[in-house]
Amino acid sequence: MDTFVAALTIFVLAIYVGFEIITKVPPTLHTPLMSGSNAISGITLIGAILSAGVKMNWLTTTLGFIAVVFAMINVVGGFFVTHRMLEMFKRKD
Amino acid sequence: MISQSFINLAYLAASILFIQGLIGLCHPRTAVRGNLLGALGMLIAIVVTMLDQKIISYDVIIAGMIVGSIIGWILAVKIQMTAMPQLVALFNGFGGGASILVAGAALIEEPSPDLQMTIATALSGFIGAITFWGSLIAFAKLQELIKGAPIRFPGMQTLNALLAIACIVLCALVAVYPDQMIYYWLLSLLASILGVTAVIPIGGADMPVVISFLNACSGLAAAATGFVLNNNVLIISGSLVGASGVILSVIMCKAMNRSILNVFFVGMGDSAPALGRDEFYEGKVKATSAEEIAMLMDGVRRVVIVPGYGLAVAQAQHAVRDLTNLLEAHGAEVEFAIHPVAGRMPGHMNVLLAEADIPYDKLKEMDEINPSFANTDITLVIGANDVVNPLARTDPNSPIAGMPILDVDKSKTVIVVKRSLSPGFAGLHNPLFKLDNTLMYFADGKKAILDLVAAYKEL
Repeated sequence: MDTFVAALTIFVLAIYVGFEIITKVPPTLHTPLMSGSNAISGITLIGAILSAGVKMNWLTTTLGFIAVVFAMINVVGGFFVTHRMLEMFKRKD
Repeated sequence: MISQSFINLAYLAASILFIQGLIGLCHPRTAVRGNLLGALGMLIAIVVTMLDQKIISYDVIIAGMIVGSIIGWILAVKIQMTAMPQLVALFNGFGGGASILVAGAALIEEPSPDLQMTIATALSGFIGAITFWGSLIAFAKLQELIKGAPIRFPGMQTLNALLAIACIVLCALVAVYPDQMIYYWLLSLLASILGVTAVIPIGGADMPVVISFLNACSGLAAAATGFVLNNNVLIISGSLVGASGVILSVIMCKAMNRSILNVFFVGMGDSAPALGRDEFYEGKVKATSAEEIAMLMDGVRRVVIVPGYGLAVAQAQHAVRDLTNLLEAHGAEVEFAIHPVAGRMPGHMNVLLAEADIPYDKLKEMDEINPSFANTDITLVIGANDVVNPLARTDPNSPIAGMPILDVDKSKTVIVVKRSLSPGFAGLHNPLFKLDNTLMYFADGKKAILDLVAAYKEL
């Protein structure tokens, strides 16, 4: 129960931080915000890495492998495409 | 061997970098660096996870990372900016898919899971599966692999309600009998079907809400997986993304004056207008030509361009940029009025115009630009319809009543570039088209602007 309350505390506080920051993002940057935050949600990757590396049995290893692929697409694709878009918003001097 | 405390401290550093990254996204000047900070946070999280002593071999991990990186990189480099909504939908889906699998694998690995873990696992599977399949359907619709228009069948609402109830029951069963993996996979299966049937009846113009909502779900799925693994960096990142998706969903819903339930369950444009198109517009529409508009534009002080999704479809962004440069060279002030739902996802139109080298400070939000229409000589509406329909202000019984619109009708002259008088997504006629100060320029968006630029140069 103690670990749950600690985790819940972090969850609720992080949502507050998220709301505070995201409301300040201007509409012009909403698409990069979405793709960038999407890349961040690829953090599930670290759970996938553990499943794939523990090698408990073939099933968990297979699930882990597919999860690593999915999450890695999310992370690599997300950060790259966000970078591509943000470069276009740079001032052309 | 490396201690768990060290790993957790590194996760804290990663979380701070994610937050700093989002703060960077609050301004175009700092946004590139913000995104890089986020990527750095991810790199740190990945590296320290690889040092975890539970990992006994790296071959599967490395193989998966290589495959995923290549696919992700190719998608990110090849994608057209017009196709950004479906790419983000696809990425959302993969995030959700990863959550189902990670939570499932964790449940198999853990011999004696506690209640926090089992409930969180059920939620990861449930939200993850809805996100995965809902996103794939959104992708297929936007990519036009399946019909973009709403797809409905009798009893759909009942089916969705039954599926939702069955999923809740299965969540409870997973929580109570975690050793019976069949419940978890059954839950994932039914939630998958629910993801499909929930998104398939939603039409193209409602996609901004759907994509934002799925974005929120992908974040919440990651957070739920964080509760499964008792991992703070997953919980923090997931909540940040969840908050972002929720805020964007709310903004999109407000921009259409609809609730999220209305978007998912009621649909738009179901009723045909009472009056036929010819009767409604008869004798009141004035058509114009490129030459006439060029003459009108000669010597004007202020022009506002209202881009809609039709502009993106016609790939007219670069032609519009040329027109803007030309007008400015002749001393006119040119600004762009961007309705929040102008594209197929939040901020989509801004990206498309930025790609065409139109500076972001010319792109004005609705609330900022609306008061200035009264001082505008010419407003050029390109491929937009519902977001400039005055019925939203005047007819309380209209399906778009109360929706915030761009008050283009207040400018001295309105020129609407459109292929025909066909109704927009809401299925409504638009009284703007028959106003005294409105001229209709019937043509494909790109050709229309190219012809206009040519005519203007000949003056």
